[in-house]
Amino acid sequence: MADTASISCKDLTYSYTGGFGPALSGVSFEAGQGEYLGVVGPNGGGKSTLVRLLNGLLAADSGRVRVAGFDPATEPFEVRRRAGVLFQNPDNGLVAPFVEDDVAFGLENLGVERAEMRGRVGEAIRAVGLSGYERREPHTLSGGEKQRVALAGLLAVGPEVLLLDEPTAMLDPPGRREVLERVRGLRRSRTVLHVTHHLEELFDADRVLVLNGGRLVADAPPEELFSDADLLRENRLVLPTVPRLAVDLGLPFCRTPEELADAVEKRSRDNSGVEAR
Amino acid sequence: MTAVRGVGQFYPVASPLHALDPRAKVVATALLVVGLFFVDSAAGFVVAGSATALLVGASRVPLRAFLGLLRPVAFIVALTFFFQVFFLREGPTLFGWGFVEVHEGGLEMGLLLAARLLILVTTAGLLTATTAPVALADGIEDLLSPLKRLRFPAHEVAMMMTIALRFIPTLGEEAQKISRAQAARGADFTSGGLLARARALVPILVPLTIGAFRRADELAEAMESRGYRGGHGRVRYRELRFRARDALALLLTILVVLAAVLL
Repeated sequence: MADTASISCKDLTYSYTGGFGPALSGVSFEAGQGEYLGVVGPNGGGKSTLVRLLNGLLAADSGRVRVAGFDPATEPFEVRRRAGVLFQNPDNGLVAPFVEDDVAFGLENLGVERAEMRGRVGEAIRAVGLSGYERREPHTLSGGEKQRVALAGLLAVGPEVLLLDEPTAMLDPPGRREVLERVRGLRRSRTVLHVTHHLEELFDADRVLVLNGGRLVADAPPEELFSDADLLRENRLVLPTVPRLAVDLGLPFCRTPEELADAVEKRSRDNSGVEAR
Repeated sequence: MTAVRGVGQFYPVASPLHALDPRAKVVATALLVVGLFFVDSAAGFVVAGSATALLVGASRVPLRAFLGLLRPVAFIVALTFFFQVFFLREGPTLFGWGFVEVHEGGLEMGLLLAARLLILVTTAGLLTATTAPVALADGIEDLLSPLKRLRFPAHEVAMMMTIALRFIPTLGEEAQKISRAQAARGADFTSGGLLARARALVPILVPLTIGAFRRADELAEAMESRGYRGGHGRVRYRELRFRARDALALLLTILVVLAAVLL
């Protein structure tokens, strides 16, 4: 049954009114509980549209969507208490004038009892490493900190699914690292759909979906996808230096310089073995 | 950043006034303000004025903060005072000098009006200086909630206040950023007459407004995706408690207002 999956889409199609052609057409995929899925593809490929369809901010023209067992188009509230979205711009996602109040916002909407709310807010703030920031005002925080506050706001609700819509796109490198570290810490405990332009953020994803022109053109593990030079080129995906070098040298997929060095060494050892013979 | 937060803003210290329920403070302030319009004797103003002075002392907010608050109204106070002194010609003449005449009635009226204005502004300043803006919004929501039956959007008003408080500094920063960017392109905000300077603000206001709309759009999406459905079924994180001391404060306020009005 498809409904045991955390996220399942079948033949999902959506067109914006007045847009050129469908933003998404015939997209089907599934994400099992605890899976970590990456979504990449060129701008206008349909990545953000997908996130909005999964959260009920948009309703599909046709096709079937289930998130945590609910249809986001007909029961958005049920979906939203089980699937949190982390948006691109942390500045425009925080509602309340204080960190603590903002983290509580989702719980307030759910009508959670006040005593329980306090416990869950404190826990969520600790989980993103911002203890002591409860009374800080959002505009005094760095981009990475704001995004972690937003993440705490989602975690407080205790969602089964996290939808990350390019959460690091507007952050500086340290901010990106902070946020990614917290997101990594959630692996396995939650189903994560991570939309990004940075392929290196998805090296340890379970699978990566490639959306281009509204179509799902690939759904594969990262090692496989990132070794396919043609696929990368067709979808305007640029690997970071290290794995690109490995691919260009005809070596297996490497994440870090150390892995690359090992692969090079192994290859030269094999080659010298061949020469010796 | 400090430029963005105007005078009369929340002054976070611990004091008996800070500890009061914001609803009690809002009601007390309203009583004082309305009551002031019915005070018409010097004795009444002495009562109201000394009560206000006592409250200022109890608030532990430095006097300087209040003086800063009074500065913008000082001109209006002075204008009102001199207008009454020179143009109200009632009662015996105190002195005359050419066409300038000062009558006792004018002096009295001038002093009363000036006192009324000063006490009014100080009282309002006391409320905002001792009440955190979020608490103030919550208090106002509660006080307006009976009007929900008349379809008055009490929750929405409070939510708007909260969001405004959240975004004032953000928009202030953005305005600063834009004005620097425009200055770098040769915009001049400091020279020319009033009209020229107002016109120079247009290249700041246009991008700022467009930016605000984009923010509003994204914020609405974020709120919706976090399950916001308006005030219905919502539980507020912060709890307001009306305690005995709040009742006492209200009672005292009523007594002071009555005394000031009746004297």
